[in-house]
Amino acid sequence: MRALRRTGGELVALVVATVVFLVPFSFMLLTAVKDESQAQDLDFAWPTSWPIVENFTAVIQARDYVLLRAYVNSTILTVGSVALIVVFGAMAAFVLQRRAGRVGTLADFLVLSGLIIPPAIVPTIWLLQALGLFKTMPGLILVEVAFNLSYAVLLFRAFIAAIPRELDEAAMIDGCSGLRLFFRVIFPLLRPVTITVILTSSVTVFNDFVNPLYFLPGDDNATVQVTLYNFQSQYSTQWNLLFMDIVLITIPPLVLFVFFNRKIVAGMTAGAIKG
Amino acid sequence: MTRQDAGPRTGPGRAPDRRRDRTARGRQRSAYPYVLYLPAAIVYVVIFAVPTVMAFYFALTRWTLFDSEFVGLQNFRDFFAEQNLRIGFTNTLIYAVVTSGLKVVLGLLLGVLLTSRLRLRGFLRSVVFFPVLVSTVAVGFTFTALLRPDTGLVNRALALVGVDGPDWLGDATTALLSVAIVDVWKGVGIATVIYIAGILSIPQEYYQAVAVDGGGAWHRFRHVTMPLSWPATYSVIILSFIGGLRSFDLIWTMTRGGPGFTSDTIASIIYKQYQAGFFGLSTAGNVILFVVVTAIVVPLNWFLGRRQATP
Repeated sequence: MRALRRTGGELVALVVATVVFLVPFSFMLLTAVKDESQAQDLDFAWPTSWPIVENFTAVIQARDYVLLRAYVNSTILTVGSVALIVVFGAMAAFVLQRRAGRVGTLADFLVLSGLIIPPAIVPTIWLLQALGLFKTMPGLILVEVAFNLSYAVLLFRAFIAAIPRELDEAAMIDGCSGLRLFFRVIFPLLRPVTITVILTSSVTVFNDFVNPLYFLPGDDNATVQVTLYNFQSQYSTQWNLLFMDIVLITIPPLVLFVFFNRKIVAGMTAGAIKG
Repeated sequence: MTRQDAGPRTGPGRAPDRRRDRTARGRQRSAYPYVLYLPAAIVYVVIFAVPTVMAFYFALTRWTLFDSEFVGLQNFRDFFAEQNLRIGFTNTLIYAVVTSGLKVVLGLLLGVLLTSRLRLRGFLRSVVFFPVLVSTVAVGFTFTALLRPDTGLVNRALALVGVDGPDWLGDATTALLSVAIVDVWKGVGIATVIYIAGILSIPQEYYQAVAVDGGGAWHRFRHVTMPLSWPATYSVIILSFIGGLRSFDLIWTMTRGGPGFTSDTIASIIYKQYQAGFFGLSTAGNVILFVVVTAIVVPLNWFLGRRQATP
Protein backbone atom coordinates (compact mmCIF):
# COMPACT_ATOMS: atom_id res chain seq x y z
CA MET A 1 0.00 0.00 0.00
CA ARG A 2 2.77 2.37 0.94
CA ALA A 3 4.76 1.51 -2.12
CA LEU A 4 1.68 2.09 -4.21
CA ARG A 5 1.17 5.52 -2.74
CA ARG A 6 4.80 6.26 -3.36
CA THR A 7 4.57 5.37 -7.02
CA GLY A 8 1.39 7.39 -7.24
CA GLY A 9 3.05 10.45 -5.78
CA GLU A 10 5.99 9.99 -8.06
CA LEU A 11 3.70 9.76 -11.02
CA VAL A 12 1.80 12.92 -10.12
CA ALA A 13 5.02 14.88 -9.58
CA LEU A 14 6.38 13.59 -12.83
CA VAL A 15 3.31 14.50 -14.82
CA VAL A 16 3.04 17.98 -13.33
CA ALA A 17 6.72 18.73 -13.88
CA THR A 18 6.55 17.43 -17.43
CA VAL A 19 3.49 19.48 -18.29
CA VAL A 20 4.78 22.65 -16.70
CA PHE A 21 8.33 22.47 -17.99
CA LEU A 22 8.20 20.46 -21.18
CA VAL A 23 5.00 21.71 -22.79
CA PRO A 24 6.43 25.18 -23.54
CA PHE A 25 9.48 23.60 -25.16
CA SER A 26 7.49 21.12 -27.20
CA PHE A 27 5.25 23.99 -28.24
CA MET A 28 8.29 25.91 -29.48
CA LEU A 29 9.52 22.95 -31.48
CA LEU A 30 6.11 22.03 -32.90
CA THR A 31 5.32 25.56 -34.01
CA ALA A 32 8.75 25.95 -35.55
CA VAL A 33 8.18 23.05 -37.95
CA LYS A 34 4.60 23.84 -38.97
CA ASP A 35 3.51 25.67 -42.09
CA GLU A 36 2.37 29.23 -41.83
CA SER A 37 -1.38 28.71 -41.71
CA GLN A 38 -1.28 25.91 -39.19
CA ALA A 39 1.19 27.79 -36.97
CA GLN A 40 -1.38 30.56 -36.66
CA ASP A 41 -3.56 28.33 -34.50
CA LEU A 42 -0.81 28.34 -31.87
CA ASP A 43 -2.11 25.03 -30.65
CA PHE A 44 -0.59 21.73 -29.71
CA ALA A 45 -1.77 19.84 -32.80
CA TRP A 46 0.60 17.55 -34.66
CA PRO A 47 1.98 19.29 -37.78
CA THR A 48 0.08 18.39 -40.95
CA SER A 49 3.07 19.21 -43.10
CA TRP A 50 6.72 19.51 -42.18
CA PRO A 51 8.32 22.51 -43.92
CA ILE A 52 11.37 22.34 -41.66
CA VAL A 53 13.88 23.18 -44.36
CA GLU A 54 11.71 25.95 -45.82
CA ASN A 55 11.22 27.58 -42.42
CA PHE A 56 14.90 27.23 -41.68
CA THR A 57 16.03 28.86 -44.92
CA ALA A 58 13.36 31.54 -44.64
CA VAL A 59 14.62 32.52 -41.19
CA ILE A 60 18.26 32.44 -42.27
CA GLN A 61 17.62 34.52 -45.39
CA ALA A 62 15.31 36.99 -43.70
CA ARG A 63 16.37 40.60 -44.03
CA ASP A 64 19.47 39.82 -45.98
CA TYR A 65 20.87 37.10 -43.70
CA VAL A 66 20.60 39.21 -40.57
CA LEU A 67 20.54 36.11 -38.36
CA LEU A 68 23.90 34.89 -39.64
CA ARG A 69 25.45 38.29 -39.07
CA ALA A 70 23.88 38.33 -35.62
CA TYR A 71 25.43 34.95 -34.88
CA VAL A 72 28.83 36.29 -35.88
CA ASN A 73 28.33 39.35 -33.69
CA SER A 74 27.15 37.31 -30.73
CA THR A 75 30.12 34.98 -31.10
CA ILE A 76 32.59 37.88 -31.16
CA LEU A 77 30.85 39.45 -28.18
CA THR A 78 30.75 36.24 -26.16
CA VAL A 79 34.30 35.11 -26.90
CA GLY A 80 35.77 38.58 -26.40
CA SER A 81 34.05 39.35 -23.14
CA VAL A 82 34.44 35.88 -21.64
CA ALA A 83 38.18 35.88 -22.38
CA LEU A 84 38.62 39.21 -20.62
CA ILE A 85 36.34 38.22 -17.74
CA VAL A 86 38.40 35.08 -17.12
CA VAL A 87 41.84 36.73 -17.25
CA PHE A 88 40.95 39.94 -15.42
CA GLY A 89 38.75 38.17 -12.89
CA ALA A 90 41.33 35.49 -12.04
CA MET A 91 44.12 38.05 -11.65
CA ALA A 92 42.05 40.23 -9.33
CA ALA A 93 40.76 37.26 -7.35
CA PHE A 94 44.30 36.03 -6.77
CA VAL A 95 45.51 39.24 -5.11
CA LEU A 96 42.19 39.64 -3.35
CA GLN A 97 42.42 36.19 -1.77
CA ARG A 98 46.14 36.36 -0.95
CA ARG A 99 46.59 39.87 0.28
CA ALA A 100 44.44 41.38 2.99
CA GLY A 101 44.61 45.02 3.93
CA ARG A 102 42.89 48.24 3.15
CA VAL A 103 43.02 47.76 -0.60
CA GLY A 104 41.63 44.27 -0.18
CA THR A 105 38.73 45.55 1.89
CA LEU A 106 37.96 48.15 -0.75
CA ALA A 107 38.13 45.53 -3.50
CA ASP A 108 35.82 43.27 -1.48
CA PHE A 109 33.35 46.08 -1.18
CA LEU A 110 33.50 46.81 -4.91
CA VAL A 111 32.94 43.15 -5.80
CA LEU A 112 29.87 43.06 -3.59
CA SER A 113 28.61 46.34 -5.03
CA GLY A 114 29.03 44.94 -8.52
CA LEU A 115 26.75 42.06 -7.61
CA ILE A 116 24.02 44.22 -6.11
CA ILE A 117 23.95 47.65 -7.77
CA PRO A 118 21.98 48.00 -10.99
CA PRO A 119 24.12 49.74 -13.63
CA ALA A 120 23.29 53.39 -14.35
CA ILE A 121 22.31 53.22 -18.00
CA VAL A 122 22.39 56.71 -19.47
CA PRO A 123 25.55 57.83 -17.61
CA THR A 124 27.24 54.71 -19.02
CA ILE A 125 26.15 55.70 -22.53
CA TRP A 126 27.43 59.21 -21.89
CA LEU A 127 30.78 57.84 -20.78
CA LEU A 128 31.09 55.41 -23.67
CA GLN A 129 30.31 58.25 -26.04
CA ALA A 130 33.03 60.39 -24.50
CA LEU A 131 35.46 57.51 -25.01
CA GLY A 132 34.24 56.96 -28.57
CA LEU A 133 33.04 53.47 -27.67
CA PHE A 134 29.27 53.90 -27.81
CA LYS A 135 27.61 51.76 -30.51
CA THR A 136 30.81 49.80 -31.01
CA MET A 137 31.54 46.15 -30.34
CA PRO A 138 34.60 46.86 -28.13
CA GLY A 139 32.42 49.17 -26.07
CA LEU A 140 29.80 46.50 -25.53
CA ILE A 141 32.49 43.95 -24.70
CA LEU A 142 33.88 46.23 -22.01
CA VAL A 143 30.36 46.75 -20.65
CA GLU A 144 29.79 43.00 -20.38
CA VAL A 145 33.18 42.59 -18.70
CA ALA A 146 32.48 45.33 -16.18
CA PHE A 147 29.01 43.99 -15.31
CA ASN A 148 30.03 40.34 -15.04
CA LEU A 149 33.43 40.63 -13.39
CA SER A 150 32.18 40.49 -9.81
CA TYR A 151 30.62 37.07 -10.17
CA ALA A 152 33.76 35.65 -11.80
CA VAL A 153 35.96 37.11 -9.04
CA LEU A 154 33.72 35.46 -6.46
CA LEU A 155 34.07 32.02 -8.06
CA PHE A 156 37.81 32.36 -8.63
CA ARG A 157 38.47 33.58 -5.11
CA ALA A 158 36.69 30.62 -3.54
CA PHE A 159 38.79 28.26 -5.63
CA ILE A 160 42.09 30.06 -4.97
CA ALA A 161 41.45 29.84 -1.21
CA ALA A 162 41.92 26.09 -1.55
CA ILE A 163 45.35 26.44 -3.20
CA PRO A 164 47.99 26.28 -0.43
CA ARG A 165 50.19 29.30 0.04
CA GLU A 166 53.19 27.00 0.33
CA LEU A 167 52.99 26.71 -3.42
CA ASP A 168 53.42 30.45 -3.87
CA GLU A 169 56.29 30.36 -1.44
CA ALA A 170 58.00 27.55 -3.27
CA ALA A 171 57.65 29.49 -6.50
CA MET A 172 58.97 32.60 -4.83
CA ILE A 173 62.08 30.74 -3.69
CA ASP A 174 62.61 29.93 -7.33
CA GLY A 175 62.41 33.63 -8.04
CA CYS A 176 58.96 33.62 -9.47
CA SER A 177 56.58 36.24 -8.20
CA GLY A 178 53.99 38.76 -9.24
CA LEU A 179 52.74 38.34 -12.77
CA ARG A 180 54.98 35.37 -13.45
CA LEU A 181 53.87 33.62 -10.30
CA PHE A 182 50.27 34.11 -11.34
CA PHE A 183 50.49 33.13 -14.99
CA ARG A 184 53.06 30.34 -14.68
CA VAL A 185 52.00 28.71 -11.43
CA ILE A 186 48.52 29.73 -10.30
CA PHE A 187 46.52 30.25 -13.46
CA PRO A 188 47.13 26.74 -14.83
CA LEU A 189 45.87 25.33 -11.54
CA LEU A 190 42.60 27.21 -11.91
CA ARG A 191 41.49 25.14 -14.88
CA PRO A 192 38.39 23.55 -13.29
CA VAL A 193 36.99 26.84 -12.06
CA THR A 194 38.05 28.58 -15.27
CA ILE A 195 35.87 26.16 -17.22
CA THR A 196 32.97 26.89 -14.88
CA VAL A 197 33.42 30.63 -15.28
CA ILE A 198 33.66 30.29 -19.06
CA LEU A 199 30.42 28.29 -19.18
CA THR A 200 28.34 30.47 -16.90
CA SER A 201 29.51 33.76 -18.35
CA SER A 202 29.13 32.53 -21.93
CA VAL A 203 25.51 31.68 -21.27
CA THR A 204 24.91 35.03 -19.55
CA VAL A 205 26.57 37.10 -22.25
CA PHE A 206 25.06 35.15 -25.15
CA ASN A 207 21.58 35.46 -23.67
CA ASP A 208 21.97 39.09 -22.69
CA PHE A 209 19.33 41.29 -24.23
CA VAL A 210 19.37 44.49 -22.19
CA ASN A 211 22.97 45.61 -22.70
CA PRO A 212 23.06 45.14 -26.50
CA LEU A 213 19.73 46.94 -26.65
CA TYR A 214 21.16 49.97 -24.88
CA PHE A 215 24.79 50.03 -25.89
CA LEU A 216 24.86 48.56 -29.38
CA PRO A 217 21.67 49.60 -31.14
CA GLY A 218 21.31 49.33 -34.90
CA ASP A 219 20.85 46.46 -37.30
CA ASP A 220 24.44 46.14 -38.47
CA ASN A 221 25.84 44.80 -35.28
CA ALA A 222 22.73 43.41 -33.64
CA THR A 223 23.24 40.33 -31.50
CA VAL A 224 21.01 37.27 -31.79
CA GLN A 225 18.81 38.30 -28.88
CA VAL A 226 18.16 41.72 -30.40
CA THR A 227 17.40 40.22 -33.82
CA LEU A 228 14.97 37.83 -32.21
CA TYR A 229 13.32 40.78 -30.56
CA ASN A 230 13.10 42.63 -33.89
CA PHE A 231 11.77 39.51 -35.61
CA GLN A 232 8.67 39.70 -33.48
CA SER A 233 7.40 42.90 -35.04
CA GLN A 234 8.27 41.66 -38.51
CA TYR A 235 6.83 38.17 -38.18
CA SER A 236 3.84 38.95 -36.03
CA THR A 237 1.77 36.72 -38.31
CA GLN A 238 4.39 34.13 -39.23
CA TRP A 239 4.65 32.32 -35.95
CA ASN A 240 6.41 29.36 -37.51
CA LEU A 241 9.34 31.58 -38.50
CA LEU A 242 9.46 33.35 -35.15
CA PHE A 243 9.61 30.03 -33.34
CA MET A 244 12.16 28.63 -35.77
CA ASP A 245 14.29 31.62 -34.81
CA ILE A 246 13.71 30.90 -31.12
CA VAL A 247 14.73 27.28 -31.62
CA LEU A 248 17.89 28.27 -33.48
CA ILE A 249 18.85 30.68 -30.72
CA THR A 250 18.19 28.12 -27.99
CA ILE A 251 20.49 25.55 -29.56
CA PRO A 252 23.88 26.89 -28.30
CA PRO A 253 22.88 26.89 -24.60
CA LEU A 254 21.22 23.51 -25.08
CA VAL A 255 24.41 22.03 -26.49
CA LEU A 256 26.43 23.46 -23.60
CA PHE A 257 23.91 22.09 -21.14
CA VAL A 258 23.97 18.61 -22.63
CA PHE A 259 27.75 18.40 -22.38
CA PHE A 260 28.47 20.40 -19.23
CA ASN A 261 25.31 19.97 -17.17
CA ARG A 262 27.09 19.44 -13.86
CA LYS A 263 29.66 22.18 -14.32
CA ILE A 264 27.03 24.77 -15.17
CA VAL A 265 24.82 23.87 -12.24
CA ALA A 266 27.81 23.82 -9.88
CA GLY A 267 28.97 27.21 -11.12
CA MET A 268 25.61 28.80 -10.73
CA THR A 269 25.07 27.48 -7.21
CA ALA A 270 28.63 27.89 -5.89
CA GLY A 271 28.58 31.64 -6.25
CA ALA A 272 25.18 31.86 -4.63
CA ILE A 273 26.06 29.82 -1.58
CA LYS A 274 29.36 31.58 -1.00
CA GLY A 275 28.03 35.05 -1.63
CA MET B 1 48.72 37.54 8.05
CA THR B 2 52.11 37.11 9.65
CA ARG B 3 53.98 34.35 7.97
CA GLN B 4 57.27 33.58 9.62
CA ASP B 5 59.21 31.92 6.87
CA ALA B 6 58.08 33.22 3.53
CA GLY B 7 61.32 32.10 1.98
CA PRO B 8 64.64 33.82 1.58
CA ARG B 9 64.88 36.78 -0.70
CA THR B 10 67.04 35.32 -3.32
CA GLY B 11 64.89 36.23 -6.28
CA PRO B 12 66.88 37.68 -9.11
CA GLY B 13 66.36 41.19 -10.31
CA ARG B 14 65.06 42.52 -7.05
CA ALA B 15 66.76 44.09 -4.08
CA PRO B 16 64.22 44.32 -1.33
CA ASP B 17 66.99 44.60 1.28
CA ARG B 18 67.47 48.18 0.36
CA ARG B 19 64.15 49.01 1.91
CA ARG B 20 64.52 49.34 5.62
CA ASP B 21 62.39 47.40 8.10
CA ARG B 22 60.12 45.91 5.48
CA THR B 23 60.14 42.33 6.53
CA ALA B 24 57.05 40.21 5.95
CA ARG B 25 55.04 42.97 4.34
CA GLY B 26 57.77 43.95 1.98
CA ARG B 27 58.09 40.46 0.66
CA GLN B 28 54.35 40.09 0.38
CA ARG B 29 54.18 43.20 -1.71
CA SER B 30 56.57 41.80 -4.24
CA ALA B 31 54.75 38.47 -4.49
CA TYR B 32 51.20 39.70 -4.87
CA PRO B 33 51.50 43.09 -6.53
CA TYR B 34 48.48 45.31 -6.86
CA VAL B 35 49.24 45.47 -10.58
CA LEU B 36 47.18 42.31 -10.89
CA TYR B 37 44.12 44.33 -9.89
CA LEU B 38 44.78 46.89 -12.56
CA PRO B 39 43.00 45.55 -15.68
CA ALA B 40 39.89 44.55 -13.74
CA ALA B 41 39.94 47.78 -11.76
CA ILE B 42 40.22 49.99 -14.85
CA VAL B 43 37.29 48.35 -16.64
CA TYR B 44 35.17 48.18 -13.50
CA VAL B 45 35.83 51.74 -12.37
CA VAL B 46 35.52 53.37 -15.78
CA ILE B 47 32.52 51.47 -17.12
CA PHE B 48 30.64 50.72 -13.91
CA ALA B 49 31.69 52.80 -10.90
CA VAL B 50 32.10 56.20 -12.55
CA PRO B 51 28.65 56.11 -14.25
CA THR B 52 27.08 54.94 -10.99
CA VAL B 53 28.51 57.94 -9.15
CA MET B 54 27.82 60.37 -12.00
CA ALA B 55 24.19 59.23 -12.02
CA PHE B 56 23.67 61.07 -8.74
CA TYR B 57 24.58 64.33 -10.42
CA PHE B 58 22.84 63.80 -13.76
CA ALA B 59 19.65 62.77 -11.99
CA LEU B 60 19.42 66.36 -10.85
CA THR B 61 19.64 67.84 -14.33
CA ARG B 62 17.76 68.22 -17.56
CA TRP B 63 20.17 66.46 -19.78
CA THR B 64 20.80 65.94 -23.51
CA LEU B 65 24.08 63.99 -23.19
CA PHE B 66 25.92 67.07 -24.49
CA ASP B 67 24.87 69.66 -22.01
CA SER B 68 22.99 69.51 -18.78
CA GLU B 69 20.99 72.07 -16.91
CA PHE B 70 20.71 71.78 -13.16
CA VAL B 71 17.08 71.47 -12.06
CA GLY B 72 17.42 70.24 -8.51
CA LEU B 73 15.00 67.55 -7.41
CA GLN B 74 12.55 68.22 -10.24
CA ASN B 75 13.08 64.79 -11.84
CA PHE B 76 12.36 62.99 -8.60
CA ARG B 77 9.30 65.12 -8.05
CA ASP B 78 8.09 64.13 -11.52
CA PHE B 79 8.78 60.53 -10.79
CA PHE B 80 6.58 60.44 -7.72
CA ALA B 81 3.96 62.93 -8.87
CA GLU B 82 2.99 61.30 -12.14
CA GLN B 83 0.77 58.30 -11.77
CA ASN B 84 2.33 56.41 -14.69
CA LEU B 85 5.81 56.77 -13.19
CA ARG B 86 4.87 56.13 -9.59
CA ILE B 87 3.20 52.88 -10.50
CA GLY B 88 6.58 51.50 -11.55
CA PHE B 89 7.77 51.88 -8.00
CA THR B 90 5.00 49.76 -6.46
CA ASN B 91 5.08 47.29 -9.35
CA THR B 92 8.79 46.71 -8.84
CA LEU B 93 8.22 45.88 -5.18
CA ILE B 94 5.26 43.61 -5.93
CA TYR B 95 7.21 41.84 -8.66
CA ALA B 96 10.23 41.26 -6.43
CA VAL B 97 8.18 40.01 -3.49
CA VAL B 98 6.02 37.69 -5.60
CA THR B 99 8.90 36.20 -7.57
CA SER B 100 11.19 35.64 -4.62
CA GLY B 101 8.37 34.30 -2.45
CA LEU B 102 7.29 31.79 -5.08
CA LYS B 103 10.88 30.83 -5.84
CA VAL B 104 11.50 30.05 -2.17
CA VAL B 105 8.33 27.95 -1.80
CA LEU B 106 8.52 26.12 -5.12
CA GLY B 107 12.30 25.82 -5.00
CA LEU B 108 12.11 24.17 -1.58
CA LEU B 109 9.34 21.79 -2.66
CA LEU B 110 11.13 20.85 -5.87
CA GLY B 111 14.37 20.51 -3.94
CA VAL B 112 12.77 18.05 -1.52
CA LEU B 113 11.13 16.16 -4.37
CA LEU B 114 14.33 15.94 -6.38
CA THR B 115 16.43 14.70 -3.47
CA SER B 116 13.97 11.90 -2.67
CA ARG B 117 14.24 8.46 -4.15
CA LEU B 118 12.64 9.36 -7.42
CA ARG B 119 13.48 7.15 -10.34
CA LEU B 120 13.62 9.97 -12.88
CA ARG B 121 15.43 12.32 -10.54
CA GLY B 122 18.29 13.20 -12.87
CA PHE B 123 15.98 13.81 -15.78
CA LEU B 124 13.66 15.99 -13.73
CA ARG B 125 16.53 18.05 -12.38
CA SER B 126 17.67 18.81 -15.92
CA VAL B 127 14.15 19.64 -17.05
CA VAL B 128 13.60 22.05 -14.16
CA PHE B 129 16.99 23.69 -14.60
CA PHE B 130 17.10 24.10 -18.37
CA PRO B 131 14.84 27.19 -18.61
CA VAL B 132 17.50 29.10 -16.67
CA LEU B 133 19.75 28.80 -19.70
CA VAL B 134 17.19 29.80 -22.31
CA SER B 135 17.23 33.43 -23.36
CA THR B 136 14.67 35.61 -21.64
CA VAL B 137 13.46 36.98 -24.96
CA ALA B 138 12.69 33.47 -26.22
CA VAL B 139 10.87 32.58 -23.00
CA GLY B 140 8.93 35.84 -23.15
CA PHE B 141 7.72 35.27 -26.71
CA THR B 142 6.83 31.65 -26.07
CA PHE B 143 4.68 32.50 -23.09
CA THR B 144 3.13 35.46 -24.85
CA ALA B 145 1.85 32.93 -27.37
CA LEU B 146 0.77 30.46 -24.69
CA LEU B 147 -1.09 33.14 -22.74
CA ARG B 148 -3.05 34.63 -25.65
CA PRO B 149 -6.67 35.25 -24.66
CA ASP B 150 -8.67 33.00 -27.03
CA THR B 151 -6.22 30.80 -28.84
CA GLY B 152 -3.55 30.44 -26.16
CA LEU B 153 -2.89 26.97 -24.79
CA VAL B 154 -3.32 28.06 -21.19
CA ASN B 155 -6.84 29.34 -21.69
CA ARG B 156 -7.77 26.35 -23.84
CA ALA B 157 -6.63 24.03 -21.10
CA LEU B 158 -8.65 26.07 -18.59
CA ALA B 159 -11.67 25.90 -20.90
CA LEU B 160 -11.47 22.10 -20.78
CA VAL B 161 -12.18 22.21 -17.06
CA GLY B 162 -14.80 24.90 -17.51
CA VAL B 163 -12.84 27.95 -16.43
CA ASP B 164 -13.02 31.05 -18.54
CA GLY B 165 -9.43 32.32 -18.46
CA PRO B 166 -8.78 36.06 -18.60
CA ASP B 167 -6.67 37.95 -21.11
CA TRP B 168 -3.59 37.35 -18.99
CA LEU B 169 -1.29 39.96 -20.48
CA GLY B 170 -3.92 42.36 -21.75
CA ASP B 171 -5.75 42.85 -18.48
CA ALA B 172 -4.38 45.42 -16.07
CA THR B 173 -5.09 43.24 -13.02
CA THR B 174 -3.28 40.13 -14.27
CA ALA B 175 -0.52 41.44 -16.55
CA LEU B 176 2.19 42.02 -13.94
CA LEU B 177 1.44 38.82 -12.04
CA SER B 178 1.46 36.77 -15.24
CA VAL B 179 4.91 38.06 -16.09
CA ALA B 180 6.02 37.38 -12.51
CA ILE B 181 4.84 33.77 -12.80
CA VAL B 182 6.71 33.30 -16.07
CA ASP B 183 9.76 34.74 -14.30
CA VAL B 184 9.33 32.09 -11.62
CA TRP B 185 9.01 29.39 -14.29
CA LYS B 186 12.29 30.50 -15.83
CA GLY B 187 14.17 31.08 -12.58
CA VAL B 188 12.95 28.39 -10.20
CA GLY B 189 15.65 26.04 -11.53
CA ILE B 190 18.37 28.07 -9.80
CA ALA B 191 16.42 28.09 -6.54
CA THR B 192 15.90 24.35 -6.87
CA VAL B 193 19.56 23.48 -7.39
CA ILE B 194 20.54 25.76 -4.51
CA TYR B 195 18.04 23.91 -2.29
CA ILE B 196 19.25 20.54 -3.56
CA ALA B 197 22.81 21.47 -2.55
CA GLY B 198 21.52 22.69 0.81
CA ILE B 199 19.42 19.61 1.52
CA LEU B 200 22.19 17.22 0.51
CA SER B 201 24.52 18.86 3.02
CA ILE B 202 22.20 18.09 5.93
CA PRO B 203 23.76 15.22 7.93
CA GLN B 204 21.78 11.98 7.74
CA GLU B 205 21.87 11.61 11.55
CA TYR B 206 19.10 14.17 11.92
CA TYR B 207 16.78 12.13 9.74
CA GLN B 208 17.71 8.98 11.60
CA ALA B 209 16.90 10.71 14.86
CA VAL B 210 13.44 11.61 13.56
CA ALA B 211 12.94 8.03 12.42
CA VAL B 212 13.91 6.73 15.87
CA ASP B 213 11.38 9.06 17.44
CA GLY B 214 8.77 7.75 15.04
CA GLY B 215 8.33 10.95 13.11
CA GLY B 216 6.80 10.88 9.65
CA ALA B 217 7.54 12.63 6.40
CA TRP B 218 5.95 15.88 7.54
CA HIS B 219 8.04 15.82 10.70
CA ARG B 220 11.19 15.29 8.69
CA PHE B 221 10.33 18.21 6.47
CA ARG B 222 9.13 20.59 9.15
CA HIS B 223 11.76 20.00 11.80
CA VAL B 224 14.85 18.97 9.87
CA THR B 225 14.81 19.93 6.20
CA MET B 226 13.21 23.33 6.55
CA PRO B 227 15.29 24.76 9.40
CA LEU B 228 18.56 23.21 8.24
CA SER B 229 18.27 24.40 4.66
CA TRP B 230 18.15 27.96 5.94
CA PRO B 231 21.42 29.01 4.23
CA ALA B 232 19.85 27.99 0.92
CA THR B 233 16.71 30.01 1.66
CA TYR B 234 18.90 32.96 2.46
CA SER B 235 20.73 32.71 -0.87
CA VAL B 236 17.52 32.24 -2.84
CA ILE B 237 15.83 35.24 -1.24
CA ILE B 238 18.80 37.56 -1.76
CA LEU B 239 19.41 36.40 -5.33
CA SER B 240 15.82 36.61 -6.46
CA PHE B 241 15.30 39.96 -4.78
CA ILE B 242 18.28 41.43 -6.60
CA GLY B 243 17.05 39.92 -9.85
CA GLY B 244 13.40 40.81 -9.30
CA LEU B 245 14.01 44.45 -8.43
CA ARG B 246 15.99 45.15 -11.59
CA SER B 247 14.09 42.88 -13.96
CA PHE B 248 13.45 44.39 -17.34
CA ASP B 249 13.79 42.02 -20.28
CA LEU B 250 10.92 39.67 -19.48
CA ILE B 251 8.49 42.51 -18.83
CA TRP B 252 9.65 44.30 -21.94
CA THR B 253 9.25 41.29 -24.22
CA MET B 254 5.87 40.26 -22.81
CA THR B 255 3.91 43.46 -22.10
CA ARG B 256 6.21 46.45 -22.73
CA GLY B 257 4.82 47.78 -19.49
CA GLY B 258 1.30 47.56 -20.82
CA PRO B 259 -1.62 47.66 -20.95
CA GLY B 260 -1.09 51.37 -20.53
CA PHE B 261 1.46 51.72 -17.77
CA THR B 262 0.00 49.08 -15.52
CA SER B 263 2.88 46.61 -15.62
CA ASP B 264 5.74 49.08 -15.80
CA THR B 265 8.63 48.58 -13.41
CA ILE B 266 11.35 51.07 -12.59
CA ALA B 267 13.67 49.37 -15.08
CA SER B 268 11.15 49.60 -17.92
CA ILE B 269 10.44 53.24 -17.11
CA ILE B 270 14.18 53.92 -17.29
CA TYR B 271 14.15 52.50 -20.80
CA LYS B 272 11.01 54.35 -21.87
CA GLN B 273 12.31 57.70 -20.62
CA TYR B 274 15.64 57.04 -22.28
CA GLN B 275 13.91 56.33 -25.59
CA ALA B 276 11.82 59.46 -25.22
CA GLY B 277 14.99 61.48 -24.74
CA PHE B 278 14.39 62.40 -21.09
CA PHE B 279 17.87 61.40 -20.01
CA GLY B 280 17.74 63.22 -16.70
CA LEU B 281 14.46 61.59 -15.77
CA SER B 282 15.75 58.20 -16.88
CA THR B 283 18.83 58.63 -14.70
CA ALA B 284 16.64 59.69 -11.79
CA GLY B 285 14.88 56.34 -12.27
CA ASN B 286 18.29 54.68 -12.05
CA VAL B 287 19.07 56.47 -8.82
CA ILE B 288 15.71 55.46 -7.38
CA LEU B 289 16.37 51.86 -8.39
CA PHE B 290 19.79 52.07 -6.77
CA VAL B 291 18.26 53.37 -3.55
CA VAL B 292 15.50 50.75 -3.56
CA VAL B 293 17.90 47.88 -4.19
CA THR B 294 20.39 48.91 -1.53
CA ALA B 295 17.69 49.90 0.95
CA ILE B 296 16.15 46.43 0.65
CA VAL B 297 19.01 44.07 -0.08
CA VAL B 298 21.60 45.39 2.38
CA PRO B 299 19.35 45.23 5.49
CA LEU B 300 17.87 41.95 4.26
CA ASN B 301 21.34 40.52 3.86
CA TRP B 302 22.26 41.67 7.34
CA PHE B 303 19.04 40.39 8.90
CA LEU B 304 19.07 37.00 7.18
CA GLY B 305 22.79 36.64 7.79
CA ARG B 306 22.25 37.17 11.50
CA ARG B 307 19.58 34.51 11.60
CA GLN B 308 21.95 32.21 9.80
CA ALA B 309 24.54 32.63 12.53
CA THR B 310 22.09 31.60 15.26
CA PRO B 311 19.79 28.97 13.81
